[in-house]
Amino acid sequence: MLRIPCPWCGPRDEPEFRWGGEVPVLRPGPPEAVCAAAWAEYLFMRENPKGWVRERWVHACGCRQWFVVIRNTVTHEIRATAPLGEPLPEIGP
Amino acid sequence: MSRHAHRLERGGRIDRSRPLDFEFDGRRYEGFAGDTLASALLANGVRIVGRSLKLHRPRGLIGAWSEEPNAIVQLGEGETTVPDLKATQVELTEGLVARSVNCWPSARADVFAFLGIFAPLMPAGFYYKTFKWPSWRWFEPAIRRAAGLGVAPTRPDPDRYEERHEHCDVLVVGGGPAGLAAALAATRAGVRVVLVDDRPVLGGALQWEEKLIDSRPALEWVAEAERELRAASHTRVLTRTSAFGCYDHRLVALSERVAPQSRLPIRERLWHVRAAQVVLATGAIERPLVFPENDVPGIMLASAAMSYAAQYAVRPGTRTALLTSTDFAYQAAKALQARGIEIAAVVDTRADPGEVAADARRAGFAVLAGYGPRRVHGARAVRALEVARLAGGAPAHTEQSPLRIECDLVCVSGGWTPTVHLFSQARGALRYDAQRAALVPAAGPKGLQCAGAAAGNFALRECLTDGFAAGRQAAKAAGARADAGVAPMAQPERCAVAPFWSAPHADRRKAWVDLQNDVTRADLALAVRENLRSVEHLKRYTTTGMALDQGKTSNMNALGILAELTQVPIPEIGTTTFRPPYDPVTLGALAGRRIGALYHPLRRTPLERQHAALGAVFEDFGAWRRPAWYAAAGRGRQECIRAEKRAARGAVSVFDGSPLGKIEVRGEDAALFLDRMYYNSMRTLAVGRIRYGIMLSEHGVIIDDGVCMRLAEDHFLVSTTGGAAERIFSGFEEWLQCEWPQLRVLVTNVTCAWGNIAVAGPRARELLALLSTDIDLDPGAFPHLAVRCGRLEGVPVRIARVGFTGELSFELNVPAGYTAALWELLLARGASSGVRPIGVEALQELRTEKGYLHVGTDTDGRTLPADIGMGDILARKSEDFVGRRSLMRAEAQRPDRLQFVGLAADDPATLLPVGAHVLADPQTRRGSHGYVTSSCMSEALGRSVALGLVQAGRRRLGEPVEIYCDGRLSSAHIVSPHWYDPKGERLHA
Amino acid sequence: MRFSALALARSALSFHDNWPQLWRSPEPKRRYDVLVIGGGGHGLATAYYLAKEHGIGNVAVIEKGWLGGGNTGRNTTVVRSNYFYPESARLYELSLRLYEELSGELGFNIMLSQRGILTLAHSSHQLEMLARWLNAMQLNGIDGELLDPPAVRRWLPLLNDSAAARYPLKGAVLQRRGGVARHDAVAWGYARAADGLGVDIVQNCEVVGFLRAGDRIVGVDTTRGRILGDKVALAVAGHSSVLCAKAGFRLPVTSYALQAFVTEPVKPVLACVAVSMATGTYVSQSDKGELVVGGGLDLYPSYAQRGNLPTLQEVVAGLLELFPAFGRLRMLRQWAGVVDVVHDSSPIIDHAPVQGMYLNCGWGTGGFKAIPAGGLVFAHLIATDRPHPAAEAFTLRRFATGALIDEGAAAGISH
Repeated sequence: MLRIPCPWCGPRDEPEFRWGGEVPVLRPGPPEAVCAAAWAEYLFMRENPKGWVRERWVHACGCRQWFVVIRNTVTHEIRATAPLGEPLPEIGP
Repeated sequence: MSRHAHRLERGGRIDRSRPLDFEFDGRRYEGFAGDTLASALLANGVRIVGRSLKLHRPRGLIGAWSEEPNAIVQLGEGETTVPDLKATQVELTEGLVARSVNCWPSARADVFAFLGIFAPLMPAGFYYKTFKWPSWRWFEPAIRRAAGLGVAPTRPDPDRYEERHEHCDVLVVGGGPAGLAAALAATRAGVRVVLVDDRPVLGGALQWEEKLIDSRPALEWVAEAERELRAASHTRVLTRTSAFGCYDHRLVALSERVAPQSRLPIRERLWHVRAAQVVLATGAIERPLVFPENDVPGIMLASAAMSYAAQYAVRPGTRTALLTSTDFAYQAAKALQARGIEIAAVVDTRADPGEVAADARRAGFAVLAGYGPRRVHGARAVRALEVARLAGGAPAHTEQSPLRIECDLVCVSGGWTPTVHLFSQARGALRYDAQRAALVPAAGPKGLQCAGAAAGNFALRECLTDGFAAGRQAAKAAGARADAGVAPMAQPERCAVAPFWSAPHADRRKAWVDLQNDVTRADLALAVRENLRSVEHLKRYTTTGMALDQGKTSNMNALGILAELTQVPIPEIGTTTFRPPYDPVTLGALAGRRIGALYHPLRRTPLERQHAALGAVFEDFGAWRRPAWYAAAGRGRQECIRAEKRAARGAVSVFDGSPLGKIEVRGEDAALFLDRMYYNSMRTLAVGRIRYGIMLSEHGVIIDDGVCMRLAEDHFLVSTTGGAAERIFSGFEEWLQCEWPQLRVLVTNVTCAWGNIAVAGPRARELLALLSTDIDLDPGAFPHLAVRCGRLEGVPVRIARVGFTGELSFELNVPAGYTAALWELLLARGASSGVRPIGVEALQELRTEKGYLHVGTDTDGRTLPADIGMGDILARKSEDFVGRRSLMRAEAQRPDRLQFVGLAADDPATLLPVGAHVLADPQTRRGSHGYVTSSCMSEALGRSVALGLVQAGRRRLGEPVEIYCDGRLSSAHIVSPHWYDPKGERLHA
Repeated sequence: MRFSALALARSALSFHDNWPQLWRSPEPKRRYDVLVIGGGGHGLATAYYLAKEHGIGNVAVIEKGWLGGGNTGRNTTVVRSNYFYPESARLYELSLRLYEELSGELGFNIMLSQRGILTLAHSSHQLEMLARWLNAMQLNGIDGELLDPPAVRRWLPLLNDSAAARYPLKGAVLQRRGGVARHDAVAWGYARAADGLGVDIVQNCEVVGFLRAGDRIVGVDTTRGRILGDKVALAVAGHSSVLCAKAGFRLPVTSYALQAFVTEPVKPVLACVAVSMATGTYVSQSDKGELVVGGGLDLYPSYAQRGNLPTLQEVVAGLLELFPAFGRLRMLRQWAGVVDVVHDSSPIIDHAPVQGMYLNCGWGTGGFKAIPAGGLVFAHLIATDRPHPAAEAFTLRRFATGALIDEGAAAGISH
């Protein structure tokens, strides 16, 4: 059971949160200018790293704010969290 | 045999003043309060307590707690029966009824014992090599019946389980010397402590080892420590509580058995403990030795024999041989002798055990150093142990002068295996310590440490100092300021071990490694011979370590033997993964209160009482408990639904639409935002007007539909389908926060703040006119697809001229608390207009005849806007919106996509079943061209009507098709979905 | 040596001293025609069919740990072919048919038990979805029957019959040919048979990088040295993204933990496999007597091979909603596999975007039942460079065109 430090509410248990995918995933546009491959890249292709990953979560049963988490997909350790748009440490080795 | 024939005269932590009657395998016995089922059986001279899984060998007690592989029992009867308990862990209660499992009629006389003669045909993995011809199905039923241990209850579990969350600074797992010392140190340092132990009493091995701590009997120290801990307001002590798993971020899960004498109506409790620091003082489990016939009843772990004698005052035998490769057995010899058990000899596989043996000899014990076991005499009980000198200290075979030692008990002591399950589950690394012959904790995860025997410190003195230091350190790390004082002290002791993984067995007698699963050394050798050399392959192929005890006594021996057989050192082999739970956990406790009505709780509308009073038949629609229809005395379901529909079409109906999702969208960019969220254009919507719209996922698929109302320039009310409100609202938030944070928009989910009643039917306006309102209901002032805010009977209201029936319709939104009053008023005032409440079934049929689609019913996870006839909007809308680019993909342009159409059965009396398919090839009856998605009999039209998704359906209007359902065919034609009032004149009335 | 009861009896006389190795543990050669990365069911089956169907015996299976140690040894052993899309039905039916002959084919008892699989509906809407699915199955040529509640209860007498059940029973679809098979035996059977055809199975050998000649992949760097291969085929399930990253491209894959657990063994109480549409729980009883229980994925990506507690508790609650009598049984062992989930939950069997490399991934939660077909069609692709007719739709390209094969989306029944 993860203990996730919400940047607004502090550490809370995993069931209060919802995972929302790795970031950044940039939405390409306008639609007419986006080729099929680029759109597929945006919709489906992911790093899916084994190790540290940057992803967004929402505190669904709390402040309902989305924020960014640096998490390890093997150990599930969380290194840092921050509100969207605020700086976070780089993902190290 | 007389009662308590094997009970010692004195001693034991049992209450001799409280005798308890119990039954095992149909015979009645007596034990005392404080006994376990195992100790009580032993006191009554019951030696055969179980049968092995495969060969049905008679088995006796080996252990005294969770490591026990043999004494598996079924407890109780009927709905409260529990299968597969270890008798060693069952606390004796008055009237307890237990029986052995996997044998008939009893463990003592099991008719399946004959299976033993087939043992040569059943080596490891024999089933992979046989039972193929003619087919596994011929053999499987018999094998299934033969396998399995106890019997599952067949009635619902009547008991109740609880769940608790606990936060503390230091969690100490294990209430033995190290755990107690750790808990004392942390408690004295002033931090919040939780101490858990899975036994009914604290003390761990101190309950039977009878040593001195701080120059006093250890149990006095235990009692004092317990008093101190229980008295501290910031410390919680939980006994009968097994810490079974260490999950992510150091969440330790506990399962507590509520004490049998407790009056609470709770059977077990599941604890989630979050501790800043965790100290694992989980102790160690003694290992048996692997030698021929080492499964005969009467062979027992030395520590278990000591436990039975000291803790329960039971004599596990009258004359014992101790068979060992460690110094510990010498302690055991002394302790057992002190309890009046005759010591025949200490047989030590080490050629030179050193001082410990010399001391023992001086104390008068017969010590056979450098001897190893050859075999055991006796089939149903030990009669003698045969040993022989080992050649060169190595476990090589020797024929020289075997010695026969007459005894009825063989105590085995092959070293200690630290209980590192939780440490390993928490991703702690283990290393093999050759001196201790054990896997001990190495690098640990942050905030978690092992102490005492769990860390490989087997001597009491080290347990105490190590535990105390761990407790002190943990408290400090958790922020303690106070000093913990001085650690308790004990005498030094010898703990040397030289592993003796298995005995010479060239005579091919069976030497058991995993007793319950009947895995022998020969089975391991066979696996290695067949190149299943990975420890995981070995485990899976032979099933060693996969029994109820999960290899607590066998895994380390199997690893040692594997190392011997493969000539690969243990550190290079590694170990199998430790998986939760440490000890089995009751499913009821894991589910806790998430059962019955609290499992996925249903949402209830503000009108539930009113519906019930009207005879509503409730069903679950998208997690809302809604009236499916209203039952009337003497009428069937269909008849009632027909009457409801008639009211809507011919007079006026009221429908509880409260579950309808309602999302307020406000702000200067609200219109822009909704334009991106909807497929339809919303910026062009005029204030006071309503537009039907669909929302897409980024994949272009329709995820919801509903109406969007513009209440002001910067204020919209979005309605969603009942089950989708939370999902759509969350989606709005995500887009706003993550993709377009610059938009000035506020979204609020007000679904439950507003009740919603749809008044529909030709007399709807007539009914509303009977209520006092400041809203002009005249069609000129309040046309179809308009919304008006005002007051109704003095209550704030938002009235929308929309509906799902195809009739003149007003949706009344009032604050949720007023919904019931409004509902009752409408029913009362409308009596003369023929008003009737209608349920979801009637509404679904009304909208089916009207040809309104229901997202999720008439669309699926692939349906795009063009598939439902809304493709033209795309060309008219120039802005981007969610899902737009996906509509340009090749797949979206295919001409043969499934499209929303009507399906008319050629026989108007035939109802096309929902889920029936349009046959692609009626000749072969293969392939699908789509399916029926909604269907009903329409009284208004005098025929059956159906909607569906059909390949290229809109181009095929008028085409005949064959409809297939579970082998039956009906003829139909593809038609427009707009069955009823296709021009929509009734809506505009 | 041929495995049979007779061979077993003969060997019993010699104390089973004469059994040969199930497979060799050879040192890897310098070069192979095909390198199959991943010694799970799919990789081993691929190697077997390459040798048997295409005469390509100079094949190595490169396994990071021990063979069959990934999802092949961590699943709930269900086999079935009850699929909605014709494309899926064709592939999984091929697999089930291969399973039906597999014990004989491999000379190794995989204990295929076609005890039937029941998918339960708990609302009128689910019942309608079941009907849509059942008819699609029948039109796909797959056996399937719609059962009413009394018939379901004859199969599952312990099913919740309380009037207050949160999810009352409305009906079920039965596929009689569905069932379970012994997962380890499938891996071992294929390994032994492939080894017999000359395939080298190299365990404890981790791929750390790819060797390139120009744009082409021509081998792998491993912890046991460099191994050249004319063709490199990936069958590593949840670790697909990791290896493809080393080859320089991304996949539409996210890796999740899928957990399962067993209870202590009890005498037979559950005759078939039961799946619930409402709770997402599925359960069967192993030949040993353990209830084998699974449910949904853990809720965030993971390579941890262990399940978390909230998902476990939800799965257990789902099980007890269906079978309240199981509340007193106890969980004996809990584990998880790392599954490769793609958006439409259908596999990718295709050329990789780099030359010389082939992909078999995306099986998600359902890879075990597909092992024989997965191996057969993948071997066909590798050997001929053309898709097997049963696997033409399962391309990487479909994510760009939008031609997804999404059972859950179409039939409302997750797979």
